[in-house]
Parts: sequence; C-alpha cells; structure tokens
Amino acid sequence: MFFLKLLFRNAFRHKLRTTLTVVGVAIAILAFGLLRTLVGLWYLGVERSSATRLVTRNAISLVFTLPISYKDRILQIRGVKSISYGNWFGGIYADEKHFFANYAVEPRSYLELYPEFVLPPDQKAAFLRDRKGCIVGAKLAELHKWKLGDIITLKGTIFPGQWEFVLRAIYKGADKSTEERALMFHWDYLNETMKKTVPRRADQVGFYMIGVTNKDLAPEVAVEIDRTFKNSLAETMTETERAFQLGFISMTEAILIAIQIVSYVVIVIIMVVAANTMAMTARERISEYATFKTIGFGKWHIGGIVFGESLVIAMTGGIIGALLTFPAARWFEVELSQYFPVFSVSPFTIYLDLLAAMGIGVVAAVFPTWRSATIRIVEGLRRIG
Amino acid sequence: MGIPYSYSIRNLLTRKLTTVLTALGMALVVFVFAATLMLSEGLRKTLVDTGSYDNVVVIRKAANSEVQSGVERLKASIIETQPEVAIGENGEPLLAKELVVLINLPKRGSSKPANVVIRGIGAGSLLLRPQVRLVEGRMPKPGSAEVIAGGSIAKRFQGGGIGETVRFGMRDWTVVGIFDAGNTGFSSEIWGDVDQLMQAFRRPVYSSVIFRLRDSTEFEGFKTRIEGDPRLSLEAKREKIFYAEQSEGMAKFLNILGMTLTVIFSLGAVIGAMITMYAAVANRVTEIGTLRALGFQKGSILATFVLESLFLGFIGGCIGIFFASFMQLITISTMNWQTFAELAFSFTLTPDITGKSLAFSLIMGFAGGLLPAVRASRMSIVEALRAT
Amino acid sequence: MEVPRQPIVEIKNLNKTYRRGSQVISVLNDITFDIEEGEFLALMGPSGSGKTTLLNLIAGIDKPDSGSVRVGEVEITSLSETELARWRASHVGFIFQFYNLIPVLTAFENVELPLLLTGLSRRERREHVETALYAVNLSDRMDHYPSQLSGGQQQRVAIARAVVADPTILVADEPTGDLDRVSAREILDLMERLVHELGKTIIMVTHDPRAAEKAHMVRNLDKGVLNNVLS
Repeated sequence: MFFLKLLFRNAFRHKLRTTLTVVGVAIAILAFGLLRTLVGLWYLGVERSSATRLVTRNAISLVFTLPISYKDRILQIRGVKSISYGNWFGGIYADEKHFFANYAVEPRSYLELYPEFVLPPDQKAAFLRDRKGCIVGAKLAELHKWKLGDIITLKGTIFPGQWEFVLRAIYKGADKSTEERALMFHWDYLNETMKKTVPRRADQVGFYMIGVTNKDLAPEVAVEIDRTFKNSLAETMTETERAFQLGFISMTEAILIAIQIVSYVVIVIIMVVAANTMAMTARERISEYATFKTIGFGKWHIGGIVFGESLVIAMTGGIIGALLTFPAARWFEVELSQYFPVFSVSPFTIYLDLLAAMGIGVVAAVFPTWRSATIRIVEGLRRIG
Repeated sequence: MGIPYSYSIRNLLTRKLTTVLTALGMALVVFVFAATLMLSEGLRKTLVDTGSYDNVVVIRKAANSEVQSGVERLKASIIETQPEVAIGENGEPLLAKELVVLINLPKRGSSKPANVVIRGIGAGSLLLRPQVRLVEGRMPKPGSAEVIAGGSIAKRFQGGGIGETVRFGMRDWTVVGIFDAGNTGFSSEIWGDVDQLMQAFRRPVYSSVIFRLRDSTEFEGFKTRIEGDPRLSLEAKREKIFYAEQSEGMAKFLNILGMTLTVIFSLGAVIGAMITMYAAVANRVTEIGTLRALGFQKGSILATFVLESLFLGFIGGCIGIFFASFMQLITISTMNWQTFAELAFSFTLTPDITGKSLAFSLIMGFAGGLLPAVRASRMSIVEALRAT
Repeated sequence: MEVPRQPIVEIKNLNKTYRRGSQVISVLNDITFDIEEGEFLALMGPSGSGKTTLLNLIAGIDKPDSGSVRVGEVEITSLSETELARWRASHVGFIFQFYNLIPVLTAFENVELPLLLTGLSRRERREHVETALYAVNLSDRMDHYPSQLSGGQQQRVAIARAVVADPTILVADEPTGDLDRVSAREILDLMERLVHELGKTIIMVTHDPRAAEKAHMVRNLDKGVLNNVLS
C-alpha cells in the first residue's frame, strides 16, 4: 500500500538518526525482557510447587527442628494420604561458588510425593538400596560431569564434617519448569551419623512433606496438624508448598519490586529518547505535511503518517530486541549458572516486549502527531525545511 | 580564539523541547546510577559499622553464620581462659557467649512474616559493642521474660515497640527497652538474656563467643592455635570481617545488577544525546560554514559542540542527583540469603557519589556529542555555505 | 468578442486580519472581484500587500474573517475543515515557489498523490499520471527522486501534480521565484499552454514582470486594496 511505502521510506530517510533510535529501542526492549525473566525466575519455585503438598515445619522458624515422632501422629489425621520428611543440609561442594540445593530426605516416600522427579527404575532401586547413595538432577550432573558411581563429597555447614555420597541415580524433570539442580540423599544416613557424633541432634527433622487425599481438604488438614501440636514443645506451622514458597519470596520482595520498577524505567528512558527523535523529525517536515494538506489530505492522514513512522521505528527496534533476548538468555544460563540455574524466556515475556515496543512508538508519537495534524496549512507552508 | 560558551548555552535554550527531553533522558540514567551507588554504600555502611576490628567472633568450624553454628559450653569456657582475651575494667574477661536464632515475626502493616534474629546476650555484650546504646526503657531483668529490641524492629515489626510483647518459645516476652545501633545490622535484632533464651528454645549450646582482643596484633596467633586444635573444631574471625562476609553475596549481586543496568541505561541516554546533537549540527550547517569563513578554527567548532553536549549532560546530571537524594528517605528491608535473616539498610548519599554521578553525566554528554561535533568540524566551508 | 458566462471565482467583501501580539493588522480590506473561466490572472503588489493571503483564501487553505468566496458553484467559505480538504482535492491545483515535492517519493509518485484521494483504480491512476507527466514533458524522468532533478524539472513535476486531478482552478504562488531565467521561461510557457490549450484558469501571485507579461490580466494589491491594471 502506498501508505506503508511512504512510512518506511520516511522512517529510513535519516539513516543515522533512525538507526540510533532503533538501536536504542532494541537495547531497551532487550533489557526489559531480561529483567522480567529475572523476576520470573524468583517465582519459578512457586510455579513448581503444588497445592496438594503441605509443608510442616517448626513454628518458630526454619532454624528449629521437629521430632521424628510427629510422623505417626500426623499420619493419623484425616485427609493425610502420605508423609515424607527431610532436613535442609546446606553442604558445600568444592567451594561456595558452586552452590546447589542439597538435602536429606526419606527417599521412598519423598520420591512418591514428587512424581515430577523422573528416574529410571534400576537407578531408583540402586539408590534406595544404598544408604550412602544420592540422587542428582540431570542439569547438575551435566554441569559437574558426574557419572553414576562417582563419589561426591560435601562439606557440611549445619552438620559439620566431610560427607561422602555415591551417585546412584540421575533424575530428570517431568516438565520444563521442574528444576534439575538438586542433590538428595538418605535421611537415615544423616540421622545415624548424628546419633554417633552429636546425639542430641538425632531424630530431628527440618520439615515434613504431606500429601493430602483431596486438594480441597488441604487447608483443613493444615489447620488440624497445627492444632494437634499446639502447646507442645515444638509447635508446628503447616501451609501448602505454594504458600511456603511465596513466603520465601515475600522476604526478598523489596528487591523484586525494585527490579520490576527498574524494568519499567528502562522503557521510560527510551520513550523519552524516541519522543525526542519523533519531535525533531516531525518539526523538520512541517512544510511537507502542509503540502499534503493543501493537496487535500486531512488531519487523520497526516496523523497517520507521523504515528505510523513512529510505530515502524519502535517495532523494528522491538523485534530486534526481542530476538536478541534468546541468545542473551543463553549466555546468562551458561555464564551465570551459579546465580541463575534456569534462564528461559517465556512466550509471555516476548509478547510483553512487543507490547512495550508498541507503547514506546505510541507515546513517542503522541505530541508530534497532534502538532503535525493540527498545523494550519498557511503556517506550515511558511516554514521551509 | 574560541567561540564564547554563551553561544552553546543559547542554542540549547532555543530548542527547548529537544533540550528538555534529552536532558531528562540523561537525568533518569544518572538517577539510577546514583541510586545504585547509594544502595551499595548504604549496604556497605551497615556491614562496616557492624562489628569492630578488635573483636573476635568464634564459631563452629565450617558454619557459615552464627545461626548455623553451635559452640558447646565446655568449648566456650576454654575460649574464655585464652590469654588473648582482654580484661575489662571490672577484672572480668571482656567476653560474651551468645545464642543466635531466627524467628518468624509478622511485620507491621502487613501480615507478611520475616525472619528476625534473636540474640541471647551476656553481661559483656554491650561492652563489646560500643555502637549500640540503650535509648529508651531499660535492660531486661535477669530471670524474667523480657527483651530489648533494635530500632528497626520496633518500627517495623508487630509487637516490637516498647511495652509490646513478642511471642516465641511458647512464652510472651515483653519489650522493655529499645536500643539504637545506628546503621548496623544489630538494629534488626532482638536481644535477651542468653540463659533465658537457651532455656526457651531448648538449645543447650551457644552459637558463638565474642571477645575483645587484648592486643590487636595477637589475632593471627590466636586464630592459628584455636583452628589447629582438632578437639575444638572452631573457627575465629575478626568481627568486622565476619559480618562483612555474611553479606558479601548480596552486596555483590546488587552491585553487578546495578552496574549492568546502569550501563544499559547509559547506552540509551548516549544514543539520545547523539541524536539531538546530530540534529543540532544538521540544522546549523550554514552557521558553521559562516563561522569558519569568518576565521574560527575547526577545533573551536568541535569544542563548541562538545561543550553544548556537556551542558546537556550536566543539566541532566543535576536533575538526576536531585531526585536521587530523595531516595535517602527510603529504607530497604530484605532477607539476606546467606544468613536467612532480615537485613535493613537505606540509601546513603555521599559527596563522593555526587561527584561520581556528575562525572558520569558529563561522560555521557561527551560520548553523545563527540561524533556529531567531529562531523561539524570536518565540514567543508563551501558546502556548508551552499546548503540552504 | 466575449460570450457572457458565469465567473468561475466570485469574491465578495473579503476581509482578513492578523494578530501580532496585541496589534491587529488588516491584511485584506473589503475585497470584491470576479475571475472568469479560462483567465490567466496575475496578482502583483509590494511585499506585505496581502496577495499571498488572497491566493490562500481563494485556494481554500485559509479562512477569511468575513466575506465570501465562491469557486465554481461552491461557497467555500461556508465549508468545514474536512469538507474543504475534500473540495481542494478535486478542485484546486497548487503550485509553490519552492515546488514542495515530497523528497522520498519519485516524480511519478508525487504526481500520483492527489489521485489517492479519489476512487480511481491503480490502472486508471497510472494513466492519468503518465498523461500529466507527458504534458509537462517529463515522461522520461518518472522514476527519479526530486533530488535528482533540476529546479525547472521539479517545478514541472509540481505542475503535473497540480493538474493531474483536473481541478477547477490552478493557483500559483511565485512559481518562478526560485528559477533561473531559462527555466522560468519554460514554466511560464507551460502555464500559458495550460490556459490556451486546456482552458485552465490560473491565478498567479508574482512580482516577476516577465511573468506578469504572460498573464491576460494583472491586478494590483496594495495595503489590502485591489486596483485594476489591464495588461
């Protein structure tokens, strides 16, 4: 269409200026997309968590444990289908830079509660048999080049000493959001060791994971569990896994909010730059717009020309920025894997990218469009170039 | 002879909208730059002030924080008898055995809980920490369910104010005093008698032992000896360094994030400045030709355009710093993911940061204006005059 | 011998003032006159006399403070902005001193512009454009951009653009003001041919005496008042 032809030719009339603006928009959209992905990462834990699993821990804080004896009492509560337990181990592999999650769990019941961890049956059996065995997520194994049978040594922080485990199984996530970067080993191994070294710390669990028979019963079951142990030596706090994760996130909320604000500030900055470009461009072409009007084109036509040009520039930059997000995310995933185990860009982020680009185009065009469309022909003709 | 700089300033004033927009873009970037530096500075101040260089913290080996650590009574007593421990005015060792745990407390205004540090202190604790002063109320009576709260806790957590109660360990504890710990991490803590708390939490071991060095140079000797004893399996660090390490991860993360963002933003602002300056040059082609014909050197042309761009940067910088200074009113509180404890710190503006931000804005202005200025200075006089 | 016909442009009691700060300046003062169809009229006068203003009012790109302008049955002073735009598209062809061609469009596309406002098909538009460019002798430069054409050639493209939609009147504001002597003569010859061969009505503002010579009738405008000088 003639109109589009005019738009594109006008947009690239001033090659340097347009290129600079497009680059600016591309950078801004890229930053925007990456920041949103970063924020999304935080919530990854929430996505993975389920509303049918409950977490029971000591009501004072995560720092305190619960007695193992609670297990049987919890099982008796109506609505509880299955129960598992474990302790956050917090061991260090090699050095603190290679941080990954590791915990001791009751293996059989835990794997049952987490069907999203998929292991080949023979490996699973090997793991269950070997008390010093451990299972490791596929991505983690790949990162450290571990193979079945390798001995992995962790330096204990909460539970002191050097702990050796034999890699018996490698698990994969059932879907993309399941993380594959954790290490889990037998709770019994931890407990037996504690009995020998620091007996008073034995027979204590950090958390219970509870599976309910019916999702709708979850809140009731949670309340019932806490009621059971109220006024005992170790009071409990039970909530759905999702609520638990959200609780964690809310503790670092300030940073999250700051990052989100910053991602919008990026867009605002580039809006200002683009608005400047459009204002300059429109001002230089006033006499042309007046000519169009003289020929008989109306203010909607003129408005469309200005508006359209702004959108063309903004969308070009936006598409480039959105496309660049993928290789950039890859880089984050590889180089900064310690901080960002998963850095995958969601389709939603891309839509937001394009929407932001459109927003930039619109906002940048508002004032120049209005000015150009309403220019009085006589005045416009007076301005030469 | 150079072109007077009033020429540059006036040119900026003629094209008001463009000048305003470009300066605004730069102001935003400077704002983020300054805010990032202020945040780092605020965090750093909190860390640095927390802990004295001459104090030593002894924790269990390989424990990453006091919360993870456990020091048995016997071991703590052994430390007490070490020669490096300073003796206080009352003849007693300047030493405190402390218990540190985390509890979940709900914040004021929202029911969102956060992890708060509860520190069981001994008689020597306050002496060891001169930055901490009781400003309201009194110290807890021995044997009673009383605690004192740091200023930040009193302000932001339910039950943290004087006269209010906090519940943990199946008892209600009354806040009988508020202490001011300045910018240090102690402001986000609740302190109580260590024996009471050990009972309440049924913890038979201490978390850490703190003492003042008799002679600051003796630290290395002490450290080597204690850490070399396999029966003890303890670690010793200077208190200041100990706390600094606790927030290293966070500080680094914030720094990297902040700087990356600033770099990206500054690219955007420099592009904006470039666009403006290229247009300025293009519009004044005839003028440039005239000035050259009159006898001004290429260097003067270059200088005048660069100057114009620097002015733009300067204006943007001033606006940005102005608004950034208001960030000092904001306090950030977040969980330190190394210790899992709540950490509160604020934005701090220093003259150094102001200087750096202004320099940054000038650099942006320079970067944006250089290429267009070069183009202006390289124009052939004849072509410039011919253009209408 | 003249056959009495309805004048194609009728102007009655036209008044126009401009504000400059707090001052109100009267530019046109109670102008009344007619223009016959097929006339080649030159409007002359010192600068500031209001001749361009009068031209703009006739072409419908400005509105008077009072009075009426009637062009070929249409009372244009009573039309709204939108209606005026539509009217201009098919009734007025404007020729500017500085050509005012759109730099990013080729000669062909520039001439095609007014036709985009009509309902003609692509093929029909092409025919009209080619005819117009042929009439101004620029068929071989259809695909050139304005920057690739000389001043005289650009003005010819502008004239082609002005006639392509077969407008009722042609209006020209200092059409030779920016041209050298040879090109100026070419343009004036072209305009004369438009009048004699195609029966167009041209109203031209100029202070070039050679241009005035080509016209049939010259009117003088001085301080907003019209005189008559027959050429």
